[in-house]
Amino acid sequence: MANLIALLAGVIFGLGLIVGGMTNPAKVLAFLDITGDWDPSLAFVMMGAIAIGFFAFRAAARQSSSLLGLPVQLPATTLIDRKLVAGAVIFGAGWGLAGFCPGPAVASVLTGGSAVGIFVASMLAGMGLHTLAVRRGWI
Amino acid sequence: MTTFTPLQSLTGGLLIGFSTWLMIRWLGKVAGISGIVGQLWSARRGDRGWRFAFAAGLLLSPLLYRLFAPLPAVQLAATTSWLIIAGMLVGFGSRLGSGCTSGHGVCGLSRLSRRSLVATLAFMATAMLVVWLVRHGLVAG
Repeated sequence: MANLIALLAGVIFGLGLIVGGMTNPAKVLAFLDITGDWDPSLAFVMMGAIAIGFFAFRAAARQSSSLLGLPVQLPATTLIDRKLVAGAVIFGAGWGLAGFCPGPAVASVLTGGSAVGIFVASMLAGMGLHTLAVRRGWI
Repeated sequence: MTTFTPLQSLTGGLLIGFSTWLMIRWLGKVAGISGIVGQLWSARRGDRGWRFAFAAGLLLSPLLYRLFAPLPAVQLAATTSWLIIAGMLVGFGSRLGSGCTSGHGVCGLSRLSRRSLVATLAFMATAMLVVWLVRHGLVAG
């Protein structure tokens, strides 16, 4: 049952990204290009998502278990450290270069052509490199 | 140049919000894509199934969309070498910073996390700066 809901949530998330315009890097870059021909559409994606997310997380925070009886796993750390900021800056640089963040890239990889495949493969490599770096104690 | 689409984008956002509700209320999990995808293999055995299921749904979503309407274009302007660099930065950075646009930007801001606000402001500002450098700053005239 849990996996079925996760599958459904993945489909709906992906449809939301497509409908919202997030799967087109040109549109994402037009949102980020505030001094150029600015397209503020993606702010509306954020607003729509948070409008529901706010109530979802508020309800979840009051419960110790989910509607399926699973533990509610909210991030415990509130630490604002160098890792958080450096990671966000590195991620932001890549996002600004290509116009893709992880969700839209995965939601376009089967239909978006080989360039998307190259991006996703590189993204997985970057994630793997992070796992390796943590395991080896480099970071 | 792209067209301003407030209604479609708001609708898309509501769908994403509904998905995060499904994940946190039914499964008790945060719908953060970089965390879900980045730990597909490194997560312990019992913690993998839902990750694969969510990722499969995300992968299949355009195929489902295509049954009802033509998919919007995927216009990538970056060259192959820049795509590889960008992909590596997105993958490594989102894991180091414990989240991306979904985990920090949507879920974190939804639960009013200060940590996620700092991360979101940092990646937004950096991405805007990089776009400015590429489009207006580095190329003269």
